[in-house]
Amino acid sequence: MLQDNHATEIAQILERYPQASKRAAVMPLLFLAQREVGFISRDAINEIAGLLDLDPTDVGSLIGYYTLFYDKPGGKYRIQICTDLPCALRGAEKFSHEVCEMLNIQVGETTEDGFFTLEEVMCLAACDRAPLFQVQGKGGIQYHENMTLESTTAFIESIREQDANE
Amino acid sequence: MSSSQVKLMIDGNTLEAPRGMLLVDAALRAGIDVPVFCYHPKMEPVGMCRMCLVEIGRPSRDRQSGEFLLDENDQPIINFGPNLETACTTRIDEGWVVYINSERALEGQKQIVEFLLTSHPLDCPVCDKGGECPLQDLTMLHGPGISRFSFHDKMNSLKRVALGELIILDRERCIQCARCIRFQEEIVDDPVIEFSNRGRSLEIVTFSEPGFDSYFSGNTTDICPVGALTTSDFRFGSRPWELNAAASICPHCPVGCNIILNTRREVKMGGSEIVKRVLPRQNEMINEIWICDKGRFAYSYAMDSERLSQPMIRVGGELEETSWDNALKVAAEGLKQSGANLLGLAGGRASNEDLYNFKQLIQGLDGVSMLNDFMAGGKQNQQIGLGPGSNLGDLGVGDAIVVIASDLLEEAPIWWLRVKQAAERGAKLIVANARFTKLEKYSAHTVRYSFGDAPETVLGMLHYVTGDSSLNKYAKVDGQEESARIIKEATNAVLFMGSEGSDSESSKRLVQACGSLLAATEHIGKANNGLIPVWLKNNTQGAWDMGLTPPEKHLAEEFRDRTALYLMACDPFGDNPEMLQELPQDAFVIVQELFHTPSVDRADVVFPAQSFIERDGTLTSGERVVQLFYPAVSPHGESLPDWKILARIGALLGVAMESTSAAGVMNRIAEDIEDYGEIHYRELMNREDQWPPVGGKQIYFGGTAYENSQGIGIRLSSRAQRGEAYEPVWKESPKKPKGEGIRIVPIVKLYDQGTTVLPSLLLAQRIGQPELVIGQEDADRLLLQNGAQVEVQWNGTAHQFPVAIDNDIPEGIVLLPRNRQLGLEMPMACNLTPVKPTSKEKGE
Amino acid sequence: MSELILFRHLDIPDINDLDVYLANGGFKGLREIVGKKSPQEVVDIVKASGLRGRGGAGFPTGVKWSFLTPDVFPRYVVINADESEPGAFKDREIMERNPYQLLEGIAICCYAAQAQTAYIYCRGEFWDLAKELDEKIAELKDRGFLGKKLFGEKFDLEIYIHVGAGAYICGEETALLESLEGKLGMPRLRPPFPAAEGLFAKPTVVNNVETLANLPPIITRGADWFRSIGTEKSSGTKIFSLSGHIAKPGNYELPLGTSFRELIYDNGNGIPNGNAIKAILPAGASAPLLPASEEILDTGMDYESVSKAGSQLGSASIIVMDETVDISWVAYKTTKFFNHESCGKCTPCREGTYWMFNVMQHIKNGEGTFDDLATLNSVAESIVGKCLCALGDFSTMALTSGIEYFQEDFNAHLREKV
Ligand SMILES: Cc1cc2nc3c(=O)[nH]c(=O)nc-3n(C[C@H](O)[C@H](O)[C@H](O)COP(=O)(O)O)c2cc1C
Ligand code: SF4
Ligand code: FES
Repeated sequence: MLQDNHATEIAQILERYPQASKRAAVMPLLFLAQREVGFISRDAINEIAGLLDLDPTDVGSLIGYYTLFYDKPGGKYRIQICTDLPCALRGAEKFSHEVCEMLNIQVGETTEDGFFTLEEVMCLAACDRAPLFQVQGKGGIQYHENMTLESTTAFIESIREQDANE
Repeated sequence: MSSSQVKLMIDGNTLEAPRGMLLVDAALRAGIDVPVFCYHPKMEPVGMCRMCLVEIGRPSRDRQSGEFLLDENDQPIINFGPNLETACTTRIDEGWVVYINSERALEGQKQIVEFLLTSHPLDCPVCDKGGECPLQDLTMLHGPGISRFSFHDKMNSLKRVALGELIILDRERCIQCARCIRFQEEIVDDPVIEFSNRGRSLEIVTFSEPGFDSYFSGNTTDICPVGALTTSDFRFGSRPWELNAAASICPHCPVGCNIILNTRREVKMGGSEIVKRVLPRQNEMINEIWICDKGRFAYSYAMDSERLSQPMIRVGGELEETSWDNALKVAAEGLKQSGANLLGLAGGRASNEDLYNFKQLIQGLDGVSMLNDFMAGGKQNQQIGLGPGSNLGDLGVGDAIVVIASDLLEEAPIWWLRVKQAAERGAKLIVANARFTKLEKYSAHTVRYSFGDAPETVLGMLHYVTGDSSLNKYAKVDGQEESARIIKEATNAVLFMGSEGSDSESSKRLVQACGSLLAATEHIGKANNGLIPVWLKNNTQGAWDMGLTPPEKHLAEEFRDRTALYLMACDPFGDNPEMLQELPQDAFVIVQELFHTPSVDRADVVFPAQSFIERDGTLTSGERVVQLFYPAVSPHGESLPDWKILARIGALLGVAMESTSAAGVMNRIAEDIEDYGEIHYRELMNREDQWPPVGGKQIYFGGTAYENSQGIGIRLSSRAQRGEAYEPVWKESPKKPKGEGIRIVPIVKLYDQGTTVLPSLLLAQRIGQPELVIGQEDADRLLLQNGAQVEVQWNGTAHQFPVAIDNDIPEGIVLLPRNRQLGLEMPMACNLTPVKPTSKEKGE
Repeated sequence: MSELILFRHLDIPDINDLDVYLANGGFKGLREIVGKKSPQEVVDIVKASGLRGRGGAGFPTGVKWSFLTPDVFPRYVVINADESEPGAFKDREIMERNPYQLLEGIAICCYAAQAQTAYIYCRGEFWDLAKELDEKIAELKDRGFLGKKLFGEKFDLEIYIHVGAGAYICGEETALLESLEGKLGMPRLRPPFPAAEGLFAKPTVVNNVETLANLPPIITRGADWFRSIGTEKSSGTKIFSLSGHIAKPGNYELPLGTSFRELIYDNGNGIPNGNAIKAILPAGASAPLLPASEEILDTGMDYESVSKAGSQLGSASIIVMDETVDISWVAYKTTKFFNHESCGKCTPCREGTYWMFNVMQHIKNGEGTFDDLATLNSVAESIVGKCLCALGDFSTMALTSGIEYFQEDFNAHLREKV
């Protein structure tokens, strides 16, 4: 239950919106739920619906609409490479291809150890620093810009290491 | 020309229409159809399908004076914008020049059809909507012969998605018009379906439990302009053009929704005609174009194989089938021999014709006839009623609606809907009940009283209206004063009165108080004012009008000492098995029924009656509108309409009755009963143009609702309207008995375990097991948790139920859905004992 | 180089520290108006400055504020920080490097609009940035630059961050409002416009991040000063996000009306590898591309001149493409983008973007025929001017202009229909 672990955060989120329009809190709460386990579970949908007096449908339907929400678990870290036009002009498609080979997966797949899911995404508003990707994992989303295959490899190794130590 | 009317030209025709009217509607008024998909006349326009693209020219105006600028020929200069515009979202203004069928506009419309067809499957030959589909019609009109869109690129989606067990979605056919979603959100406030994903992957989903959890879900299949949404009973069941359509009236509640029974001969049924689906029939006064799911899905009882098909008589303790002649003879003999102290008991489900003949027969045999009910108010409804020309759809700003002692959503869903909409239009809604009901969400005021205190609550309001100081002892709950003020100040006021928490005595006091309140605030005898009793049965008002009233005493007392009992359309022994003990063992019992009920088991003679789908007749709704239903299929077995059975027995016993036709019986009624003086079948068949026009030839509104060509019914006049003064009467409340312990209060659930609902396989999953609703305090005291089993005893009988805890329920009260075989018609004292879980259950 | 109005961090790197910001005139603008000028006076100053919306449409900001339904409260100010146009990355830099100027601008806007609550709708990917901004807002509150009775005057103000979740369409202002209200971010029917019925059905101002960051200097230095920069109809500076085949990609703040040539060659150091420039997309994926010519390179980057040259300035996300680029591939990329981002609410956009993308995919895979070009053009024509919002139109721009100017790039992939 989100309420058990995040009661204050939930209260803070709700405070931002007029009581009569508390439905506005649904996306922040979905992010909260997703941060817990990396995707939004059916229980979380029901709980959020209960918190906001909504039908679960009004909560659950958002997940498919917004690309940052997931209704299924993926890798522990989602590596999302921008391959949109400006980045592609700077070699992002090739870069994505190389990272795939390095991880031994196809776009959309998860590495065998369950650590990384690789996805290609639309413009991330960092076109001047291509190739780049964002990483969605515990705690939020981080940008990794001006990447090369080497720096990416190093990054991946550091994550694996870090996780092993935890 | 009044300033609110504007003149404009559409496709060369000059017309006048109210300023601000949507262009689609204005065009349709002038007989010009604009093709639409997302637009629906009952919903806010959204302009998302873009089908209704038209050319709009607006006159140029002088910046300073606002006058039209004129060209050299003194004609207004008309400006056409660079883009086509959507007729469904544009509100008309003076001097417009509109082209709906110009080359440019048609080109735009063609392009939209082409887009819609790119991924739409070409399964018209097997699609349920085929033959009544606007997309199909428009494709015929505009569609290209061949698609430029590559067949291989077609979006493939799931063809069978059960949104719930009632409604099936074909994702490939969906054209994303959102009519269904908007209906659920805007019209019925059950937002249980929504779009998810986006772009070409946009699709309808539900996360409700159970799926598509709404009492109104079936309506979405009517308004879906393509074959994307189908009901699971009709899906792939038939082609629309194979169906016959009989006009009928929904038999489930006192609203009296107009429906259509679509029938077809069915091989599986040996070539006999069966009902394939139930659809709403437009009547803007009654149900507009909607019906609830009970009305739509609970029809199969009429075709159930368990129906009685043959008369029966008791021979040597067993019921045996026999011929009509013999059964009638045995019945007549029995009545002659033991009818000295005859009680006739009829149910509020029978038609006016049946009830009238029933009354005639019992009276003719010097018996006593009664209505198997306890709620009062039929007489007051005859006196006050709802004024002539009333239409709940007219209530809005300045008006008031009071709903007291009723959970309208469960008891009469379409009234709930219309009251909700009136409140949304600005009518002030007052909801008075002893507990929360969903209607409160739309109320301007809620009045919460203790269970059983409804009459006193109204008397308290009356105190604030009249200042009568003898009533001030009743002015004690929040909201009474404000409600009184609202009702007093309202231009029009309508009061819905139910029976929740009432017994027969308090029900009488309640209706007297309500009548007095309406009289004191002068809301009687005129259009859109008056009383609507929320009856438990569809034709209870008709029964009162035919002269049948509930027993004065408890039914058990009425049964004692009877030598004969005649039952029609009611099942007192099924409702309460205890009643068997009350009726003398040797009393002679005749039963007219559809099913083999527990009452049939006690019968000496049983007559198989026809259901509403096999015959004609009239019903009188709670609003006192008399409406005609027509036969749709041939009779089951040898069954006969109730009125006819009665007439045939009467003939054997020398009681003369109309026996040729239901229309004939109505002629008798018209002669005999003042209020029905003008009612004849011919007049009941009158039709009237409905706005918006729905279900007709227009492509403007596709969908499967039916036009009303078979009669919109007649609203009975009340005595108040005929100038008779209404004498307010009310009784002082008796002292409440103290220290009674827990009271059990029956409540209504739409899907109950009644005879008409149980046989519906479709609704089976929604009916569920009845739960005992209990407040937190009592639950804590008895150490009960949600779902725990309790034993409840009342009236010497014991029953077990799981409990559902509801914070809203006060201490000392438990609620139980009304059901057969419970013997719980009115609130009564009860005893609760938790049932100890067996050791096995504990281990789980 | 001209004066930096928005990118002051280039001159004062620590300006994202509140004390540094204050030491450099921070919040002077806000102090100058709260309790000292009427909201209407502020609206008039902004009107007089000629400031136009930097979100894409270039609508005069002060005029937009004056459409607010009078006497209806509460009102809201919503800041469009959804920045998702391919090639746009300017708002991010403002928020990251010069955040207080934005926050002060928001406060000024709220004062002018008589709103007590502002929401910054920030695209979800800017997660860390949103967190930082949140902290900065808290800090401002602590230090008395936000909250109740600001500067002791009758003006309360709260600013909240609201994070989106990945949907380009939520940059469209009415879709943004839907999303902020917790619904699917789909454009609303207009009218009513947000100024009449916006957030929570209340009068609402929606402005872009860059637009509002202009306000503090406009207040402190005056409308005339602002007008003196840029062109007559497009006043002030603009941040140009320069990307693609360019030696020095990045954001450049330059007066409106600066030529493409100056941006690309003087600021961006030209095209790498000595390649020749082939085409420019001046407004990300959303406006027609311009074939590079001397004339185009000399065109001034202001709303009027770019429009006259056959495209739009939009958000000024300048994507440069050199001679190695295959324009049919560019069209493939843009149709892919819009197919992914169409919300699906209206038919032409939903079906049309899907259709165009499918055809472009065939062409890219060598499965296209010459008929496809006619089909693409006619599908585009069926979309343009018929959608609920501008995304539909956007989706056709790079494609049809690409076919118009560089048909040979497409032809190279096509074969006759058999
Ligand atoms: C499809 C679409 C996407 C848009 N995306 C953005 C965006 O990311 N950021 C933005 O500021 N404006 C965007 N806009 C423009 C906004 O609708 C709106 O005009 C702008 O926020 C108004 O602010 P301004 O007047 O300050 O420019 C977009 C418009 C459309 C039609
Ligand atoms: S299912 Fe029918 S009503 Fe619903 S969006 Fe699709 S086409 Fe429209
Ligand atoms: S409706 Fe989707 S872009 Fe306009």
